Amino acid sequence: MSVLLEATKIGKHFGGVQALKDVSLTINTGEIYGLIGPNGAGKTTFFNVLTGLYPKDGGTVTFDGAPLPLGSPHAVTRAGIARTFQNIRLFANMTALENVMVGRHARAKVGVGGAVMRHRRAREEEAAIRRRAEELLHYVGIADRGGQLARHLAYGDQRRLEIARALATEPRLLALDEPAAGMNATETSELKTLIEGIRADGVTVLLIEHDVKLVMGLCDRVAVLDYGEKIAEDVPDAVKRDPKVIEAYLGA
Amino acid sequence: MRQPKQRALIGLALIGLALAILPLVVGAALGNTWVRVLDYALLYIMLALGLNIVVGFAGLLDLGYIAFYAVGAYLYALLASPHFGLHLPAWVILPLGALVAGVFGVLLGAPTLRLRGDYLAIVTLGFGEIIRIFLNNLNAPVNITNGPQGIARIDPISIAGHPLSRPLEIFGYTLSGVTLYYYLFVVLAIGIIFVGIRLQDSRIGRAWVAIREDEIAAKACGIDTRNVKLLAFAMGASFGGVAGGLFAGFQEFVSPESFGLLESIMVLCMVVLGGMGHIPGVILGGLLLTLLPEAFRHGAGPVQQALFGKVLLDPESLRMLLFGVALILVMLYRPAGLWPEARHRRELAEK
Ligand SMILES: Nc1ncnc2c1ncn2[C@@H]1O[C@H](COP(=O)(O)OP(=O)(O)OP(=O)(O)O)[C@@H](O)[C@H]1O
Ligand SMILES: [Mg+2]
Repeated sequence: MSVLLEATKIGKHFGGVQALKDVSLTINTGEIYGLIGPNGAGKTTFFNVLTGLYPKDGGTVTFDGAPLPLGSPHAVTRAGIARTFQNIRLFANMTALENVMVGRHARAKVGVGGAVMRHRRAREEEAAIRRRAEELLHYVGIADRGGQLARHLAYGDQRRLEIARALATEPRLLALDEPAAGMNATETSELKTLIEGIRADGVTVLLIEHDVKLVMGLCDRVAVLDYGEKIAEDVPDAVKRDPKVIEAYLGA
Repeated sequence: MRQPKQRALIGLALIGLALAILPLVVGAALGNTWVRVLDYALLYIMLALGLNIVVGFAGLLDLGYIAFYAVGAYLYALLASPHFGLHLPAWVILPLGALVAGVFGVLLGAPTLRLRGDYLAIVTLGFGEIIRIFLNNLNAPVNITNGPQGIARIDPISIAGHPLSRPLEIFGYTLSGVTLYYYLFVVLAIGIIFVGIRLQDSRIGRAWVAIREDEIAAKACGIDTRNVKLLAFAMGASFGGVAGGLFAGFQEFVSPESFGLLESIMVLCMVVLGGMGHIPGVILGGLLLTLLPEAFRHGAGPVQQALFGKVLLDPESLRMLLFGVALILVMLYRPAGLWPEARHRRELAEK
């Protein structure tokens, strides 16, 4: 199995809060990798550093064999990492379809000249963007909502839309920050099927999730963060039995 | 399939015809003063469309936009007047004005990239004033702008050797100078509208709106927000630069006082009042905010005379008063502008 992402000794602090302490982890190509931990453990911060949104204090990340350009978030996306947000961040006043079309930005080329002249290449590219966006809406199961404004979608659909938008960037690694938060049991099980399908289609998944059942049922390997430190990393069954993990969740 | 396309073509032809005879009708019914007002309205519409890219699409509150109008106007003035003895033709200066204003847009935009909302507004306001103050003071030690006196005797815009300021006789019918300018401005305004619509409906336009809606999510979608914002500044500024060049050729005179903060605010009002981010709304805003105050200036005196037998309130102050009241009413009852985007209607139709 080949390594897709290797994070080494990632550190991050906010004033006096050490949100991440020398966190190292390795994600293999094709796996669903879980990242869990109690509230405030530093999971979202890890995502934010990984996607270039926050500058890191130290450490390195290699992705697909090359150092990740952490200075600029858009370059990280181009390199092949896409994400969703814990507190959904959609383009509220754009339609669902347009949201996904924005996700194609980095994979398209037409600039001002093409936009104004609308020559053949520009028209073809625009049509391809639209077609792909429609496919992705269908893929996540909200094909019939394409014309609605993102802010008018039901909560579960907003989560799906965010996944579709992330997939539109053609990621090799899809990072999901608590995608099941606020979903009911049916929605959660549909989400599980969706994530399994994404993996089956060749995209590696990094998953932050509080729903223990979902994580244990879905992930190949799980890392546990506690107070910014990685305290365990193993297959779900082993993690479940790890005394340090039990203590982190029950103690405090 | 054919039917709607044909209908659209017929619609466009009718609009074209209406635009073509408008100055003739207005000129005959109300006099050339009102054709001149139409000319100014068209300049303001171009400005408002440029600012709409920055404020309406990309969501960047720019209070110094008039600076780019100034850049375009002064560029024209310097390159086509006795001031430096240069007399370049308009078709050279106007594209150059777009380019130079666009470069200024990038230069003034670059330092503000990390700012949003109020902070951005304050900094751009400062930049706008800096440009105006430069224009006011660059007359010593080397006289570049001729300071507060401004630059006079600017060449009128000529087409095919005919200065537009001079009436033109065709088929025994005389077209006044202001009418000729009207036709030029209409053509250029349509060009700017076309570019605006095409941009809005493209990958670039979507990226602008994405930044307006959520900058962090836009970055996560792979948008280089720095470049895309600078592009918005540059495009908006270049529209302003073209309008400025036209203004200089039309007036044949420019001075710094045409480019004050109040002008920036006026253009912003057109965008906001008409419907931010919605091109037809912005055009409406530009039209209303040029025509209504003008109608008022001409009408308020005589109406009072007729009603009360004397002029009770100075038309000029009454105009500002009503303008303020109108703004407040629109913001209270139509906060999205007089003619906002019809997204919501479209959405309902699909259900
Ligand atoms: N932008 C920020 N500024 C200051 N402190 C922050 C910031 N972001 C996170 N923190 C702090 O860093 C620590 C880790 O937060 P983080 O959001 O990464 O936790 P989490 O594991 O995602 O928690 P949750 O499960 O509640 O989402 C917390 O103490 C938090 O208060
Ligand atoms: Mg979190």
